[in-house]
Amino acid sequence: MGKERKSSAAVMSKEGLGRRILKHWEFYLLLLPGILLTIIFKYIPIYGVQIAFRDYNAMDGFFGSPWVGLKWFQRFFGSYNSVRMIRNTVLLSLYSILWTFPIPIILALLINQIKNKKFQRVSQTILYAPHFISVMILCGMLRIFLSPYGGLVNVIAQALGATEPISFIDSASAFRTIYIASSIWQDAGWGTIIYIATLSSVDATLHEAAKVDGANTLQRIFHIDIPELIPVIVIQLIMSFGNLMNVGFEKAFLLQTSLNKETSEIIATYVYEQGMLKAMYSFSTAVGLFNTVVNIILLLVVNKVCKKLSNVSFI
Amino acid sequence: MMKTQKKRKTGKLSSDKLFDICNCVFLLLLVLIVAYPLYYVLIASISDPYEVYAGKTFLLPSKITLEGYARVFKEKSIALGYLNSIYYTVLGTLVSVALIITTGYCVSKKTLPFRKTIMIFYVITMYFGGGLIPTYLVVAKTGLLNSVWSLILPGGVAVYNVIVARTYFESSIPEELYEAAAIDGSSNLGTFFKIALPLAKPILAVMVIFTMVAYWNDWFTALIYMSEKNKYPLQLALRQILIQSQATATMMGNMDGGYAEANKITELIKFASIVVGAVPMLIAYPFVQKYFEKGFMAGAVKG
Repeated sequence: MGKERKSSAAVMSKEGLGRRILKHWEFYLLLLPGILLTIIFKYIPIYGVQIAFRDYNAMDGFFGSPWVGLKWFQRFFGSYNSVRMIRNTVLLSLYSILWTFPIPIILALLINQIKNKKFQRVSQTILYAPHFISVMILCGMLRIFLSPYGGLVNVIAQALGATEPISFIDSASAFRTIYIASSIWQDAGWGTIIYIATLSSVDATLHEAAKVDGANTLQRIFHIDIPELIPVIVIQLIMSFGNLMNVGFEKAFLLQTSLNKETSEIIATYVYEQGMLKAMYSFSTAVGLFNTVVNIILLLVVNKVCKKLSNVSFI
Repeated sequence: MMKTQKKRKTGKLSSDKLFDICNCVFLLLLVLIVAYPLYYVLIASISDPYEVYAGKTFLLPSKITLEGYARVFKEKSIALGYLNSIYYTVLGTLVSVALIITTGYCVSKKTLPFRKTIMIFYVITMYFGGGLIPTYLVVAKTGLLNSVWSLILPGGVAVYNVIVARTYFESSIPEELYEAAAIDGSSNLGTFFKIALPLAKPILAVMVIFTMVAYWNDWFTALIYMSEKNKYPLQLALRQILIQSQATATMMGNMDGGYAEANKITELIKFASIVVGAVPMLIAYPFVQKYFEKGFMAGAVKG
């Protein structure tokens, strides 16, 4: 091992770095457009985040606007609804993970057990379908289904004996349920792909041997399939924590009404409202930055915990 | 006699057989539950809105009418949105997939100096960004507002897809092929176009579908960067109908019958516009499903 490393290092040093770069110039040419775009549209905005500490005005730009320190952060944390927003964001994230994360795993294990390949394929096709529908259309459907005027849910509820139709969309207490249930409908099927892919690579002889030893289906799922999935599960878990504070926006924004804000107002919708609608650029950036920082802390913590528990880590 | 034999057989295999049956029934139910909302929208879009309102449309359309579709297609914002969306989707998919595949291919090269650095450079952007406003200000500064490029370029390189593509190149194309090509005197670029790309068809198909769907379904980017209404993509045109409940004058058209009637027609228009907006992607993906599962699995499994 040590020897091998030495010899490859020797080969590398024999060929100078400059020469190796030169030998790969075509690759750098191919990489250039992507790198330029990333610098302009990702890294310059990251640098521009400093307007969270400035009082931005268009004349002076990112770097010339007067420095105000933590003024915007103080304003945010001082406002009456900041605690509510943070709570809403965190709760929506946590509940979402709690509900949406395990379902694709269970579903994948079950789909994997279907013997009839045709039924398996057709059911997969149908379970994937909702993923291809836009959030806009999904929210449109939710509004129709949950409407108190002839919406399907109310029609069913009344057939089952409910007396008054309920305007679920305007109900703050129903918001999270609607949000999460519709996420399950839309993405549980799609989420199975990565697990099914992993399961399909499980050595078939393992299952055969277990069958010979008299293991039943459930035992094989628990002792062969699930252990095989653990590394993927851990990575997926880290990734969903790392992205969750960001993905919630579109649906929360489209499902938000003036009546359900008590639970539907999350940091991201507030950032949009303050930034794009009220043009409070610096304030909005400060709130967004806070969100990002919380997000990254979460990611690092989860990554560390997973590393400790199972030796799998993403970063 | 037969019956007892059968019984004994099921009795013998009981636990596994029972599991299979329950599993099939359960999945069948699940599939029906998932499919039903879509089916309901479809039948409601061609049913008399009064019947739908009264809850009479459950399994089959009742009093079939195509009025909803007629009104939706008469609406200029929908037709224009359709054309805009097709344009944005085609152009955006071309650019994004080219970026994903070239970047993914390059970073799959183990001999490439600074390969790790470049990867870190990209991965950072997955978790840390300037946020809404700084990005908006940069896009505004570059003069891209209201241009199709504002929908495409700020998204930059889809890093997650790059990682999937990289994994595919690393795991599915043997190193020997590249070496053989190099011995034959093929240049690095020649090897990419003549050897790597043709072998990467599955991953190419997957990336095309992912990217296409993302562009077709995107509305938020357009909401921020497009202020001119005639440049709205379909999803934003739908927003006015579905979320803001604004059926325009052309849609309502010559209608007598007052408020209740108008309300019912609005509902019908909503159902029809959902179908119109969702159908392209729902029709497209099953055709490519086999490539795309193949590609996705190749990309994901060996990662």
